[in-house]
Amino acid sequence: MSEHLVDIKNERLSFFTPAGEVKALNDVSLYLEDGEVLGIVGESGSGKSVTSYSIMGITADPGRIIGGTVEFNGHHIEKLSEKEMRKIRGKEVSMIFQDPMTSLNPVYTIGNQIEEAILLHTDKSKAEARERAVELLRLVGINEPEKRIKQYPHELSGGMRQRVMIAIALACEPKLLIADEPTTALDVTIQAQILELIMELKEKLGMAVILITHDLGIVSSMCDRIAVMYAGKVIECGSTDDIFYTPKHEYTRGLLRSVPRLDEKESQRLVAIEGTPVDMLNPPAGCPFAPRCPKCMKICLREMPPYTYFSDIHYSACWLNQKEEFENAGKEES
Amino acid sequence: MDDTSKKLVEIQHLKQYFPVAGSSILSRTYVKAVDDVSFFIRKGQTLGLVGESGCGKTTTGRTLLQLYEPTAGRIIYDGNVIFDSGNVPLYDENGKPVLDGEGKPVLGKKTKVNMLPYRRKMQIVFQDPYASLDPRMTVGDIVGEAIDIHKLASSKAERRDKIITMLERVGLNSEHANRYPHEFSGGQRQRVGIARALAVDPEFIVCDEPISALDVSIQAQVINMLEDLQREFGLTYLFIAHDLSVVKHISTKIGVMYLGKLVEMADSYELTFHSCHPYTRSLISAIPIADPITSRNSKRIVLQGDIPSPVNPPSGCHFRTRCPYADKLCAEAEPKWGKVGEGHWCACHHLDRVD
Repeated sequence: MSEHLVDIKNERLSFFTPAGEVKALNDVSLYLEDGEVLGIVGESGSGKSVTSYSIMGITADPGRIIGGTVEFNGHHIEKLSEKEMRKIRGKEVSMIFQDPMTSLNPVYTIGNQIEEAILLHTDKSKAEARERAVELLRLVGINEPEKRIKQYPHELSGGMRQRVMIAIALACEPKLLIADEPTTALDVTIQAQILELIMELKEKLGMAVILITHDLGIVSSMCDRIAVMYAGKVIECGSTDDIFYTPKHEYTRGLLRSVPRLDEKESQRLVAIEGTPVDMLNPPAGCPFAPRCPKCMKICLREMPPYTYFSDIHYSACWLNQKEEFENAGKEES
Repeated sequence: MDDTSKKLVEIQHLKQYFPVAGSSILSRTYVKAVDDVSFFIRKGQTLGLVGESGCGKTTTGRTLLQLYEPTAGRIIYDGNVIFDSGNVPLYDENGKPVLDGEGKPVLGKKTKVNMLPYRRKMQIVFQDPYASLDPRMTVGDIVGEAIDIHKLASSKAERRDKIITMLERVGLNSEHANRYPHEFSGGQRQRVGIARALAVDPEFIVCDEPISALDVSIQAQVINMLEDLQREFGLTYLFIAHDLSVVKHISTKIGVMYLGKLVEMADSYELTFHSCHPYTRSLISAIPIADPITSRNSKRIVLQGDIPSPVNPPSGCHFRTRCPYADKLCAEAEPKWGKVGEGHWCACHHLDRVD
């Protein structure tokens, strides 16, 4: 049994599509402590959502975990049946999705949808569940919850719907909340509200959070640790400061340089990462980032680099790190 | 780029109202998508328009190109009035209203010109590269269509040459011309959209959220390319986006819109570091900065509440329902568009109280 809340070890997950096998996750290892906020950053298709879906056990057909272990709160998720999974889902781990317009059921009132989660996982009566739903809506900052509870999703704005989603997710006070791009569909001022709410509730309820996003600004202000994913691999992982101030992978460096910053006094030309994202049907041999990497070496095209550890929590997969380590070791010896 | 280059595009008191579906014919209600917006763009410069969804920034861009017929206002392109609704006062070169003998403002003459010659000079790049390219046309034909409409090529060979030059200029190559849009990634499609706009050798391009549908690592490529093209061809841009950091990076001047109105406009540096309007300030503070130390130390102004419906905006100042400084005056009177500094304009009643 693992001492971590989440412990993913060497997970391999593939989608068996008519066009061929898509290796969405290729040897992914990640862990998460109780009450920690982990950010997963990456482009579309990097596997950031798939990783967290596999903790929820909602890998969609034709996807299958074909190797490794996914441990959550003492459960071996990859071995659980759908029936067993249902007991965990919504109770111990919940998720909020990107698009609050499509993730709520349009034909049920929001009260129904919150109560559903409560009735499923607790032995509360209907009246008690309703009471709890009102309480939850108040918790997520919705005013007049007694009135709102009878409304349908279309009567609410985008920001309100995301609040309702959060209320549903928190109905049974889960140990882990997975937020998959929770604010991408929202405006900036509403985004600020939702992010603040998530952090506030995390403090209040003491849950752990996995925050999936492509926005480096969001992770910088919210996360304890960050994992950077590229083409189904975690290519760098470390504390927020590690990733922002001493990035060790060329892709992480490239990402940081390619976003314009609002607090910059003079506009400098952006340093773009050349090339296009990997075609996951035909990934290159070796390091997946090699074809776009400005410092690509011969070995990068042949072999996937192993992780180099810079501290207990900061590690990265790049041959350059290996080279440096090798050279440093040489110096110490002589 | 100096401030003396001539005004290429100007809009005065532009209004665009859309009737609300389902409202009765006798008492039609309207969404005031663009409500009395005026600005100009100098040749070779970039004006950025920012705002949240529903603020009218996209509609402003499209109305300016007359993709919609404006409800009222005047549009001037390169010194020629290309639209005038006939009920807007005329202005002289210094921006003062022209008065007649009795001291009353003189109104413009109702004008509507044939847009075809202007369409060659004014182009647009759309937000969604998946929806804005015809899936049944090859990329070559998508770029070539505009060349055909404006009869810019005298022979088939010349047409083909032009298409290939354009594709190469945006980082694609000649073999791409025979492919269909679905064979391209999002970033490449957006390049096709840009090639299509450039094919007719335009002077002015409306870039309507050209990068919001793209991955982070691809966004920088497209921004850099837009900047290079601007330098190379002396293009003028109206750059519309909701991401203020991108807009600040690319723009000379920035206008901030809220519910159909322009609330503040200034040079991009001035606007980012010395903004006046409470909305601009909260917008700036709401943007997460990709730097852990800065974001830990910065204090966020988190606006309460949602954006009101544009069908039924609040009276007086539209922003008052979410503004920390709002009082009775804000509900009664609409704030005037006033100068607060060199090239810095703002519409707010309480500028003195906003510290």
